[in-house]
Amino acid sequence: MYEILKREDLAPVTKLFVVQAPAVARKARAGQFVIVRIHQEGERVPLTIADDDRQQGTITLVFQEVGKTTMQMGTLQPGDHLASLTGPLGRPSEIRLYGTVLCVGGGVGIAPLYPIARDLKAAGNTVISIIGARTRELLFWEEKMRSVSDELIVCTDDGSYGRKALVTLPLKELLEAGRAIDRIWAIGPAIMMKFCALTARSSGVPMEVSLNSIMVDGTGMCGACRVEVGGQTRFVCVDGPEFDGYQVDWDQLLARQRIYLDQEKLAVERWQQQCRHSSQGGDEDV
Amino acid sequence: MSDRSMPQAERIKIPRQPMPTQDPQVRVHNFHEVALGLAEEAALLEASRCLQCKKPRCVEGCPVGVNIPAFIERLREKDLPGAVRSLKGDNNLPAICGRVCPQETQCEAMCVVGKKGEPVAIGRLERYVADWDLAHPSPPPPLPPSSGKRVAVIGCGPAGLTCAGDLARYGHQVTIFESLHAPGGVLIYGIPEFRLPKRIVHAEVDYVRSLGVEIRLDTVIGKTYTLDELLNEQGYEAVFLGTGAGLPMFMHIPGENYNGVLSANEFLTRVNLMKAYLFPEWDTPVKVGRKVAVVGAGNVAMDASRCALRLGADQVHIVYRRSAAEVPARAEEVHHAEEEGILFDFLTNPVEIYGDEKGWVRGMRCIRMKLGEPDASGRRRPLPIEGSEFDMEVDMVIMALGTQPNPLVFTESGGLERTRHGTVVADEQTGRTTKERVWAGGDIVTGAATVISAMGAGKRAAADMDRFLRGEGGAWAG
Repeated sequence: MYEILKREDLAPVTKLFVVQAPAVARKARAGQFVIVRIHQEGERVPLTIADDDRQQGTITLVFQEVGKTTMQMGTLQPGDHLASLTGPLGRPSEIRLYGTVLCVGGGVGIAPLYPIARDLKAAGNTVISIIGARTRELLFWEEKMRSVSDELIVCTDDGSYGRKALVTLPLKELLEAGRAIDRIWAIGPAIMMKFCALTARSSGVPMEVSLNSIMVDGTGMCGACRVEVGGQTRFVCVDGPEFDGYQVDWDQLLARQRIYLDQEKLAVERWQQQCRHSSQGGDEDV
Repeated sequence: MSDRSMPQAERIKIPRQPMPTQDPQVRVHNFHEVALGLAEEAALLEASRCLQCKKPRCVEGCPVGVNIPAFIERLREKDLPGAVRSLKGDNNLPAICGRVCPQETQCEAMCVVGKKGEPVAIGRLERYVADWDLAHPSPPPPLPPSSGKRVAVIGCGPAGLTCAGDLARYGHQVTIFESLHAPGGVLIYGIPEFRLPKRIVHAEVDYVRSLGVEIRLDTVIGKTYTLDELLNEQGYEAVFLGTGAGLPMFMHIPGENYNGVLSANEFLTRVNLMKAYLFPEWDTPVKVGRKVAVVGAGNVAMDASRCALRLGADQVHIVYRRSAAEVPARAEEVHHAEEEGILFDFLTNPVEIYGDEKGWVRGMRCIRMKLGEPDASGRRRPLPIEGSEFDMEVDMVIMALGTQPNPLVFTESGGLERTRHGTVVADEQTGRTTKERVWAGGDIVTGAATVISAMGAGKRAAADMDRFLRGEGGAWAG
């Protein structure tokens, strides 16, 4: 059903798939996500849509191999199929003419940031982008981000490429330099978004963040993804994924992301064992 | 034994045949079905208890109007194919109904035999006949020539499957849209394997497919397509809304977002749909505490508590703000839960959940309740007893407080009127909503209710949709 048409290895642990999903591509808007399952016994994993092509009926997914499912997904090749793909889910980003917008992307968060920056640019905004990664080999889509940005700042935590800085540093400098910025989007790991929010809070510039909580159905049925925003419990899948970054209870989100840490570890160990076993010419049923 | 000439006086003397079950000590360690089904001899004996009333009251008690004496009579005559034809003529999902219907408040409550003794075990007989059918598959019934009319059914649960099956049998071309990756709705994500084996759901879904119904999975109406798109762009002449009540409710008390507090929907979806009890062979995990509190006392609460026990919890408490007399779950489910060692804390209501420094649940503060005057639901209103707060040490809390319709489906559905409870306004007899060419039935109209009442609504709507599609429906009065 959902054929992988193209695969690109953006970094050793970051993969890009272009997937055939015409019904989803027809409706996809920046900021929305899909839920995928890679096989019949698979879990339901939310992935933000990184790009779409309505004519071709495809969407682009970018994922980092952090757990068993994403590691196994990373073994799929063009011609393989995803067992299910549902979407587009969540509310789209609020794209309109704000003036000057700042787009901050960290790590794999650069992927979902791209269509937002693209559409903000198309809506007439001046787009300043900051992208960063831990190290050079994890950084991707620099040119793609440049193509939709008026200014692009690139940094790495270890200084192996671009500026040696966390993304919060150029963010702080831009805000302190008194640049007229009307809105900020910050997307990346929860801890990065938390510090972006702490950094920008005093500026008073509205900040959108895209939360990556644990989900099951992705349609509001289970509440696994719930998090407090401004003291109210919200479901990331239907009320989000974007929220006011200054209102999110980051520590609660971070704690809730760790619920299944033990099981995730177990699943990864089991998967790696199976991989070793099969690469030694053993059992093929992985 | 099931002699046709057996006089009525003799028939009445036959005792109601008990349902064999797995031993409680054994079954708390597995997810296999609890109720094992009647053996042939017991089924035939039970069938001969039916008095074949001229005006069968039991049929009036059935939301889908199954001709109960007719299928029981075929069974008594050992004409199993005839019993199947009779039963499936009225009910597209009999193996499911035979397992999860609250017969004690419906058909069996009306049974004349039950006036003096115990009623005929209609549910057990329905299950017997349906299971025989699954073991001896027969070709689907002949369908009328196609009407050429395309109909969309939204939601592949009990209401949608029933409505779609009947529409197909009327000759219409039906597509069901389902948001999840598997058909069945609450039958697949909500009701556990040990109460309703998933192979039974698959088999009955396959039957509906065999009638020519197409099921499109992974399709969220309101997102992938909207209701208005189905009606105006995708070429469907009529739409049935049967998306149920899938939105979980929480108590809105402090501490409800600690790790280890989850909705029954999440817990049951992980366990049933995602098969977390088979983790790590299946990818989805579930975490179960040692001491679990399940808040609420409906069927969902019974299911959640019994799953928690099977997943290794040491102690599982049902915490319910009313008393035993008001418990909304089916009597059989409560009985099975008690047998398995579930503890019931009646007249108890949580007021706050405590967590540890890592964000995990470690306890729950509750208050004792007493019953006051009856409220709008007719049940006595629970009132807190001042100063009676006490702490329960728990490391997992499952909220089973009921559910509401999911509003996603209402995106771009202009003209569709809803109540302040979020349910859809629909005519009780026809299922017609305030929006032309849109019908609704099941939990989306009534709020959380039973599988069989949803099926009844699906069936009534299908009949009216058929009249409408044939041009006999009259003006739209929504």
